[in-house]
Amino acid sequence: MALLQIAEPGMSPEPHQHRLAVGIDLGTTNSLVATVRSGVPAVLPDAQGRPLLPSIVRYVDAEKVEVGYAAQARQSDDPKNTIVSVKRFMGRGVKDAAHLENAPYDFVDAPGMLQIRTAAGVKSPVEVSAEILKVLRMRAELSLQGNISGAVITVPAYFDDAQRQATKDAGRIAGLNVLRLLNEPTAAAIAYGLENAAEGIYAVYDLGGGTFDISILKLSKGVFEVIATSGDSMLGGDDFDQRVFCWAVEQARLPPLEPRDMRRLLVKAREAKEHLTVHGEAPITVKLSTGEVVDVSLDTETFCSITQTLVQKTLGPVRRALRDAGLRVEDVKGVVMVGGATRMPQIQRAVGEFFRRDPLNNLDPDKVVALGAAMQANVLAGNKPQGEDWLLLDVIPLSLGLETMGGLTEKIIPRNTTIPAARAQEFTTFKDGQTGMGIHVVQGERELVSDCRSLARFELKGIPPMAAGAARIRVGFQVDADGLLSVTATEKTTGVEASITVKPSYGLADADVERMLRDSFEHAREDMHSRALAEQRVDGTRLIEATRSALAADESLLSSEERKSIEAAIASLEKLLKGTDHRPIKKAVEALNHATEDFAARRMDAGIKRALSGKKIGSL
Amino acid sequence: MHVVMHSHFDLFGLAPAFSIEGEALERSYREIQSKVHPDRFAHAGDAERRASLQWTTRVNEAFQVLKNPVKRAKHLLELHGVDVAFETNTAMPSDFLMQQMELREALEEAKNAAALDALRTNLVTEKRAMEKAIAEAIDGRKDYAGAAGLVRKLQFLDRLDEEIDAAYEEIE
Repeated sequence: MALLQIAEPGMSPEPHQHRLAVGIDLGTTNSLVATVRSGVPAVLPDAQGRPLLPSIVRYVDAEKVEVGYAAQARQSDDPKNTIVSVKRFMGRGVKDAAHLENAPYDFVDAPGMLQIRTAAGVKSPVEVSAEILKVLRMRAELSLQGNISGAVITVPAYFDDAQRQATKDAGRIAGLNVLRLLNEPTAAAIAYGLENAAEGIYAVYDLGGGTFDISILKLSKGVFEVIATSGDSMLGGDDFDQRVFCWAVEQARLPPLEPRDMRRLLVKAREAKEHLTVHGEAPITVKLSTGEVVDVSLDTETFCSITQTLVQKTLGPVRRALRDAGLRVEDVKGVVMVGGATRMPQIQRAVGEFFRRDPLNNLDPDKVVALGAAMQANVLAGNKPQGEDWLLLDVIPLSLGLETMGGLTEKIIPRNTTIPAARAQEFTTFKDGQTGMGIHVVQGERELVSDCRSLARFELKGIPPMAAGAARIRVGFQVDADGLLSVTATEKTTGVEASITVKPSYGLADADVERMLRDSFEHAREDMHSRALAEQRVDGTRLIEATRSALAADESLLSSEERKSIEAAIASLEKLLKGTDHRPIKKAVEALNHATEDFAARRMDAGIKRALSGKKIGSL
Repeated sequence: MHVVMHSHFDLFGLAPAFSIEGEALERSYREIQSKVHPDRFAHAGDAERRASLQWTTRVNEAFQVLKNPVKRAKHLLELHGVDVAFETNTAMPSDFLMQQMELREALEEAKNAAALDALRTNLVTEKRAMEKAIAEAIDGRKDYAGAAGLVRKLQFLDRLDEEIDAAYEEIE
């Protein structure tokens, strides 16, 4: 609880202990975890000193899971059980994920999100991602010698609601307290901006393993403001590998390959791509299971020509982002390059030509996102004193809307709206006596619903029967600071409110997440109960501390009655904290939260009044 | 929310006028955001997180309105009891309509970036002139009913701007 953060400068309560917070870059190809120690952000390496964790998970059997280098080493021998680039499948159905035909997995179509059949049973991309996050969490806990109080996980700016929700669920299953989902280019801008004391308009060009983002930001002292973002969540370094793979198949006139050979050739294609960053020519040599040997050589010129359309494809979103921002190329002061794929010389060249300036490459493109996430996690954990922290203002990447008559989309919140944001729209019934209304929530820019991403469907029931056009149904959208949407629908005419709140349903129901959480703890042989108890105790103690310092600072905002009831709630929580059952503690925490609701709102108001005081308020 | 604020201008401590100082608005916006933004309450209890979400949402909405000339004018006129009535009042002077039709024809014929750039440059000039006229009507003459007509015209020009954006996407 951070009640203390709206205290007046100089009046802040006693310094609290430093909370361990980490930033995690959950990448398509590699993942990293970083933290801020003694004010300096650093990537945490594994026991062998390696900073990267390949985002590869191998289900050896029902019990054993390998993650990272161990899994990578076996990917060609055991392609069906070794999941690479799982980020491409997050929040995606079988029909909307790209290159499935070239992926050697046994896919299972499931509503909302595809699943993969492995030696350990059918796995959702969320569970696979959680395995990667778990390894990073353990790495951090070992290295920082303590429990992680919270994590910031990065996502591509162009991720839609389904993909974001899936990422957050993966964090929860991995046992992380996800403080915030942070857009990758924004994370990079924080790391770059703070390091270089940059001011002005900057573009972040982020080409990762599986996703492409472009963000235009305004950097000024203490504020990182995203003005526009665009991208392609199905375009990345992997696609360059695919092009090389297809070229090699054609050159060597190969018949359709079995999964193992496919994986081998793809690995070689990736190595060739990386080789060409510094060399003029790359050999591709693979011995297939048929005994046949593929031996071709790829030169820079051919590589550029087979991937030219991919490079061009990134420039469309760049133009759109500039247009949405209302800016021209010459307004941009610098272009920060992020993601391993930006190492390719043809990318550097194309970006340089477009912006008419040399791209900025002075940060490690593999680490900059994790470092920025760690810096933000440190701020969110409250480890930075007020005045030294900064403010981050981000946007939603894709418009949110509803289906209306004729399968058309009605946009409710347009893309590039600063979050958190809320909008509402009123609708009416089209038939006499209509008592229900179907509500279909979609995301995307296209006019036809069928071209947009379907996020959720639900029905508002119990509308009192009346003439067509008489009912007034208010559909409200709320997007939170993670860019996640919730929707409410209310019928208002008769004063009877029929209301329903839905979280988009493509991802996982809360019950699924609970089950996966249970499974994962049983699997890891961790004591779920003692962990939950420890967490609740930390939560409870923190809440009491913060409430007490809030009372000390702003007692005058409460009547003596109100004060007594808050103090009673503190006392009963304090007593329960000594017990060994986490459930009553949780209840008492909720009760104290409830008791401080009005107080919190009043303090917030007082904070705003203070911010405005000293300013002339114009007379109406 | 307990603070009663009658207008978005009040929220930012600005005098209610069409001509506003962009920098003052931004400064005030950032100052308030730095007090209420959810990033300040990531470790807070539910009550505070909810209050923070509500306030930030409201501050963002107010900022959107004040930043955008059409929305700002509409909000101001509503404070003075004048409804701009975008949906119901679509009557426009015929010379203005004629000019709009010509501009849209020009847009349909514009098949390359250079042609679109030229259209946009013209449109920007026209929008600036319209904004100036609105400022004179609202801040100067206090002719709110007259201003409503100008705001509807500016809204027309904004739509054309969106269509130019769509045309850029088409040619890319």
